[in-house]
Amino acid sequence: MILILLHGSRGEIPSKPIAATILPSVKPNDGVQTYAEDQKNNLPVFTMNYPRIQIPFEITLWVLLASFAKIGFHVYHKITIWVPESCLLISIGLIVGAIMHSVHEEPPAVLTSNVFFLYMLPLIVLESGYFMPTRPFFENIGTVFWFAVVGTLWNSIGIGISLFAICQIPAFGVQDINLQENLLFSAIISAVDPVAVLNVFEDVSVNEQLYIVVFGECLFNDAVTVVLYNMFSFVAEMPVVEPVDVFIGVARFFIVGLGGMAFGILFGFVAAFTTRFTSKVREIEPLFVFMYSYLAYLVAELFAISSIMAIITCALTMKYYVEENVSQRSCTTIRHVIKMLASISETLIFFFLGVVTITTDHEWNWGYILFTLLFAFVWRGLGILVLTQIINPFRTIPFNMKDQFGLAYGGLRGAVSFALAFTLPDTIGRKQLFVTATIAVILFTVFLQGISIRPLIEFINVRRTNRNLETINVEIHCRLMEHTMAGIEDLCGQWSRFYWKDKFMKFNNRILRKILIRDSRAESSIVALYKKLELQNAMEILDTASGDIKLLMIKKFLAADLRNIHDILSKNMYKIRERTVAYRGKHALPNDSQTREILIRRHATIRRSLRPRSCQSSVSYLAQFICIILINYLFCWERGLGFSVHPRDDHETLSEVAYPSQRSRFGKPARSSSSKAMIPLHRLGTLEEVPSTDVLNEESSSTGEGVFRTNSSYSDSRVPRPRRLNSSFDDNNSSVDDLRNVHEEDGVEQVGQRQPSSPAPGWEAESRETTARNPLLRRPQWNPKKK
Amino acid sequence: MGALQSSPGRPEYSDLAEKTGFSFEQIGVLHKRFKQLSHNEETLRRDHFNEIDDLAFNPIRAQIIEAFFDRRNFHQNGEGKVQEIGFEEFVVVMSHFRPPSAHMTEEQRGKTRREKLRFLFNMHDTDNDGIITLEEYRHVVEELLSRSGTLEKETAKCIADAAMLEVASISVGHMEPDEFYEGITFEHFLKLLERFEIESRMIIRFLNMDTTTLCK
Repeated sequence: MILILLHGSRGEIPSKPIAATILPSVKPNDGVQTYAEDQKNNLPVFTMNYPRIQIPFEITLWVLLASFAKIGFHVYHKITIWVPESCLLISIGLIVGAIMHSVHEEPPAVLTSNVFFLYMLPLIVLESGYFMPTRPFFENIGTVFWFAVVGTLWNSIGIGISLFAICQIPAFGVQDINLQENLLFSAIISAVDPVAVLNVFEDVSVNEQLYIVVFGECLFNDAVTVVLYNMFSFVAEMPVVEPVDVFIGVARFFIVGLGGMAFGILFGFVAAFTTRFTSKVREIEPLFVFMYSYLAYLVAELFAISSIMAIITCALTMKYYVEENVSQRSCTTIRHVIKMLASISETLIFFFLGVVTITTDHEWNWGYILFTLLFAFVWRGLGILVLTQIINPFRTIPFNMKDQFGLAYGGLRGAVSFALAFTLPDTIGRKQLFVTATIAVILFTVFLQGISIRPLIEFINVRRTNRNLETINVEIHCRLMEHTMAGIEDLCGQWSRFYWKDKFMKFNNRILRKILIRDSRAESSIVALYKKLELQNAMEILDTASGDIKLLMIKKFLAADLRNIHDILSKNMYKIRERTVAYRGKHALPNDSQTREILIRRHATIRRSLRPRSCQSSVSYLAQFICIILINYLFCWERGLGFSVHPRDDHETLSEVAYPSQRSRFGKPARSSSSKAMIPLHRLGTLEEVPSTDVLNEESSSTGEGVFRTNSSYSDSRVPRPRRLNSSFDDNNSSVDDLRNVHEEDGVEQVGQRQPSSPAPGWEAESRETTARNPLLRRPQWNPKKK
Repeated sequence: MGALQSSPGRPEYSDLAEKTGFSFEQIGVLHKRFKQLSHNEETLRRDHFNEIDDLAFNPIRAQIIEAFFDRRNFHQNGEGKVQEIGFEEFVVVMSHFRPPSAHMTEEQRGKTRREKLRFLFNMHDTDNDGIITLEEYRHVVEELLSRSGTLEKETAKCIADAAMLEVASISVGHMEPDEFYEGITFEHFLKLLERFEIESRMIIRFLNMDTTTLCK
């Protein structure tokens, strides 16, 4: 079944047809050309020209193969829990390498230094930087940098020196490796890549500090390693090292790091600024994100400063502003594409690692390699221990021993180490030994530690955190606490991070946002969270409610109205959803009047459409969907409250909506509390526009009620009346945004009583309506409610 | 630097230190600040607090200031408000934000957590009835969001209502149709925030420098 291409560098003539396979080995081949020679010089009916497409073809095949492997892993779910994905990828690579080796084939020479540093690494790093959780990161930024920079330095110098000491022992036969080369090698080895560990941490929900420190350390020590690598490879070629060189090295280190950050921030701001103007060219918005990040990377490479720092800071800076400027689709696109590219990159590297393991000539030296392994462990453990002792007093939550163990054990090596080793310049005498040693360390750590870390973490019971505190209460109290702390700090003059954070947010809101964001109305995170939860709930309703709502009213929809409604709905649901994506900024609320107007217009549309006409389109799921959305989104905010709609002089309240949602809500108390927090966002203008002095059968109310009544009529008995919070709840119902809430306290006391005061189907009221059939072309007429 | 200069003698501090858990240096720092705020008088009044410029931008400054004059925070089971406070009360209120000591038992941790949450609770519960009613909660949310340009009270109210519902559903669960949710009691409050790591966030860090010249 596996047709393998046999050719190539050995000059064998292929005897099997070239076909894409499930496990193809990618071979360079020119053997096919021999076919052509046998023919006369007529017009060839069938030719093949492999070399022309060779390189893209091979790359594609490799990527495809790796992706198939990924699909395959998830077939059996348990595998991915116990075995990290990097292990699996390497295994597949090993298998493919074995196949290739058995047919004496060389792996394609794709992993050159340039390819890695210019194409693969930026993708990986961009992904890490873009998806870095900013708040915990900035809270722990000192620790992260401490571990990343000092920790890596400690590791590389420690390992380097001890290996050098080992090299002095004649028994191992590696005396020709001098100190510089040892240091170079140890710099490579000390690059930690705990992707597997991070996945485990996430699954197990370890406490936030541990997670962010491991994450940040991984990210930034790539930068440190690359800098050290460059420095040491430069130094390795120098015959003599003088102390002044060390000093210069240190200075260079700082310049490199800080310069990288500066470039990143610069590009980030430029990118944010650019996206401010892209509202007309939405399709290419994601492009800006990628181009600017990549540009930051390349320019930093140009000046030989830390490109990784540049791209990370660019992503961090940019992300916040860009996500507010671009459309929802672009935002999703950006995220998905970044993830996809990074995944390809990483997959390829691991895959390649597996293949290379089998197919290269290794230089194995028991002593050196074993000692490398040993020192890698020892120095990491020591390093974590010592560093934690030093930094713990500065932390609010000190790391306990279990955390430290997690940190130390999570020091897997990975893709970056391998690539760095593989792309060592050939002037290093013992390059093969280094490559072998690196591969050995990587395989060892990834397989052994990667597989065993999950049970260990669970066994020692590292401090966990609770995720998903997406409840409004917690958000509110979190905010409150932050404000309180900022106030207290101001009060007693002891500034700390709350103070700086506060100051930064002020600066941000006052200056940065105005420049960089298109409509710089800051949205309070509380409000945004609230909206997001509302939306989620509406979606949940859709999922659960589809079967239950009777479609009486749906029959009234006409096809044209349906389409229009659908259009408006989709545009506006889209719009509203957009706002809930990025919720940062503490202090301002959005100006909702435009959105509201659209909602109002939409409602009027519905109003006019719900007429007792025979439906010309059959009841479609589409109509049902729309209706449900409408109902939920426009009307049903008071699901939980148990008030009824009865037109009164001053108030109108919505009927107690006996929705299946309630049923499901009460039936599943285990649902997250966020879904229970359904309170009206706004009361729609039109509902109140009906002066209650009018006959109840004014359309809107009856429409609204009609909709409700039909529901309540049948599901009434099954739904317990939800609690009544407070008499003043009614106030929610009766005010519109531009109408201030006049009657705070005089709530409707007898709320909670279902008042079937209106005839159940209020359809007859529509006879009064004289407007044209297509209401969308006309503004609805209503009497602005005077309160 | 930051040492006890021209401060009252140690015995007074040791009393306070025992009571509140601050160290001598920290109490010294606080005392300095107290004197600076009160212009070297013996007691602090509300208008002294109002003079702090930085505090002016804080949306909930009123509540914060009130918290200092609230007897419930003095750990003496008192109630009601006072008009002025002395240094001792100042330190006692500040002790709610004491950084955790390195070795605390689980019980102590729980206790500090309750204290801090109690402080927050008292900040909301302005009428001292032990319950945060909907009105009070609304007030809180409005204040919190009051820094936005165009505050729409309705939204704030909606949010507060949503939050109340949430609390009700968490603490009481399923409610009968004619039950009435009075408000958030302290127990409900605890339950609500039980997963919130307040003991690590609601603390003051004492800097090692003399900031009295810097802050206004």
